[in-house]
Amino acid sequence: MTANQRGPFKPANGAELVGSSAFQKRRTAAEEKAREAGLPSFEEELWRYTPIADLDLSKYRLEAPGGAVFESGLTQGLDEHAAAVIHIVNGQLVSLSVTDEALSVHTDGVEFEDLIGSVMQTGIDVFSDYNLAYCSAPIVIHVAPNAVIKNPVLIRQHTTTDSLVWFPRVLVYAGENSEATIIEHQSSPDIEALVCPVNELKINQAARLRYLTVQEHGPRLWQIATQTAEIDRDAHLAVTQIALGGGYARARVDTKMIGQGSSGDISAVYFGRADTQYDFRTFQQHQAPHTNSNLLFKGVVDDRSRAIYTGLIRIEPDAADVNAYQTNRTLKLSDEAWAESVPNLEIENNDVRCSHASAVGPVDEDQRFYLESRGVPRGTAEALVVRGFFGEVLDKISVAGVSAAVNSRIGQLLALDGQDNRS
Amino acid sequence: MTTLSIKNLGVKVGEQQILHGVNLNVSSGQVHAVMGPNGSGKSTLANVIMGKPGYQVTSGSITLDAQDLLSAPTWVRAQAGLFLAMQYPTEVPGVSLRETLELALQARGIENIDTGSRLVEEAGRIGLSTQLLDRAVNVDLSGGEKKRNETAQLAVLNPQIAVLDELDSGLDIDALRACAERIEQLTQAGLGVLCITHYHRLLDYLPADQVHILIDGHIVESGGPELAQELESDGYARFLPSDGESDGVEVAIGGLGASNQAPRPDADDPFSDPLA
Repeated sequence: MTANQRGPFKPANGAELVGSSAFQKRRTAAEEKAREAGLPSFEEELWRYTPIADLDLSKYRLEAPGGAVFESGLTQGLDEHAAAVIHIVNGQLVSLSVTDEALSVHTDGVEFEDLIGSVMQTGIDVFSDYNLAYCSAPIVIHVAPNAVIKNPVLIRQHTTTDSLVWFPRVLVYAGENSEATIIEHQSSPDIEALVCPVNELKINQAARLRYLTVQEHGPRLWQIATQTAEIDRDAHLAVTQIALGGGYARARVDTKMIGQGSSGDISAVYFGRADTQYDFRTFQQHQAPHTNSNLLFKGVVDDRSRAIYTGLIRIEPDAADVNAYQTNRTLKLSDEAWAESVPNLEIENNDVRCSHASAVGPVDEDQRFYLESRGVPRGTAEALVVRGFFGEVLDKISVAGVSAAVNSRIGQLLALDGQDNRS
Repeated sequence: MTTLSIKNLGVKVGEQQILHGVNLNVSSGQVHAVMGPNGSGKSTLANVIMGKPGYQVTSGSITLDAQDLLSAPTWVRAQAGLFLAMQYPTEVPGVSLRETLELALQARGIENIDTGSRLVEEAGRIGLSTQLLDRAVNVDLSGGEKKRNETAQLAVLNPQIAVLDELDSGLDIDALRACAERIEQLTQAGLGVLCITHYHRLLDYLPADQVHILIDGHIVESGGPELAQELESDGYARFLPSDGESDGVEVAIGGLGASNQAPRPDADDPFSDPLA
């Protein structure tokens, strides 16, 4: 593909996209598929309640201008003890360091390019198709079998250029019986840009992977993210989304228990302020017997922000002895904020234990009253209750530093938004 | 000397009038007991004093010395020196007890005490396992542990006036004695107590200066400690209105005492013993 033929995006001169000729062929096919499909409509179930009609791709310029290395936000200070640090700025790799020998990180696209698209074989929507077509610095992280990577791998994907569109792509291949933690940090200042990340997670037999996404985007940036995970026999995956910004920030999280005895923990913490719109779509797919999945999404919507959660637990006919749970709770901190929660079950086996629970409501009045009755000012009491509400999820994030940083950030946000002495 | 003064207090919940012109004064060092059958408005009185949402004050005033409390939010009442030991202390997941008390004391301008060790000290005095102090506020505590926790917090926060809403329920006799005696000590140091209870046994360890009988939202009689003794032996029968005198509420006087009262306006008291 040449630069000025790039899809619906504003023509721009960019670096040649990486990949062998075979990979370029796959890119072209994905591009054609996406272009033919066109943008989705909010009338489709998967895009209900979203502002997708407002998206005009021709506003965005496709290139990979790069930028300076940065270190900021909630993952600050983690570099020193990281097993690897990868900086990608505006779609271009700007630095890479790997300190753990059991870990290999590939960013040139060729050596491990066959792995790209091995978990998400075909794009699950137009944005993931465009991602395959245009991902400019795909990362393949390979964890050697039996290796235990003690320190986290840190991927920072930063966007600073106005009107830019880019497609971050990460594939993690966790070798048999390995253990690793990946922290993906998405950030941007207050710019208008479009970022469409795709993550593919392959957790091989008996491996344990934690994948944590921290999203601190500016208030006008659009993020449309998709993540697909395949968990093999007796393997375990814990994925967490921490969402603290963005104009419209969507994350679709598909977790497939494909091997018997596999399990997935899927969690999220989201905090909506100003006009942020969160859009979470989750799929817990049990394809094998003796599998477990547990989903816990907790968020707040303040100001005029919105949050939509829809989730599906699907149990395939062959999947007996399954436990699958799904819980979504959203606190509404202002009258103008809005949230909706739509849980679903599709069960084709009798030997399962499933539950789903969802609730949208204000801060618990009795809890606030209790703290106030001790003499804690109302705004502080409300902040304590909200922070405590997130504790259940944050306690599960056993990544050193991140959970504390998020907790303290939430504390800051609450203090900023709640006038401490309102009565 | 501090005085909590309740004058002509009328309170509605929804359409139902619960309290009808209640008058009560509690001063530093005094213990006032309010006793009455289920549904007489005791918990309503406690909750309204602390400013719990859901109640509509239709008449009267509540003041702490010169300060009007009815117009003040709950935390201001607490900072003015009021404390409510709740009948059913609320669980607050993810919130640390120590931090809560630290923030409460800080807001009152008290920063020079080590809240953590004060809590441990007070818990030790009333037999509350100090391990429980590390849990989130009231989470996974038994009924009795919650009541001891309320007592420990009372002692750490050191209010001027404490309202105890059935502190005795859920406490075994040893725990009851420990909590009541600790509060009694605090009254020696000047704490004023408004103690709401069904039973005399709390008053054995926390002797009341005054006992008030609350029936259908009216204080029908006030007297010395002998009034509580009389209730213990004779029940409420003498105080219940005879037919035609009640506020349109049929009251059966019989073996079950007040338990046959038709309405249960204490909506926040769903677990109280119907035979009590």
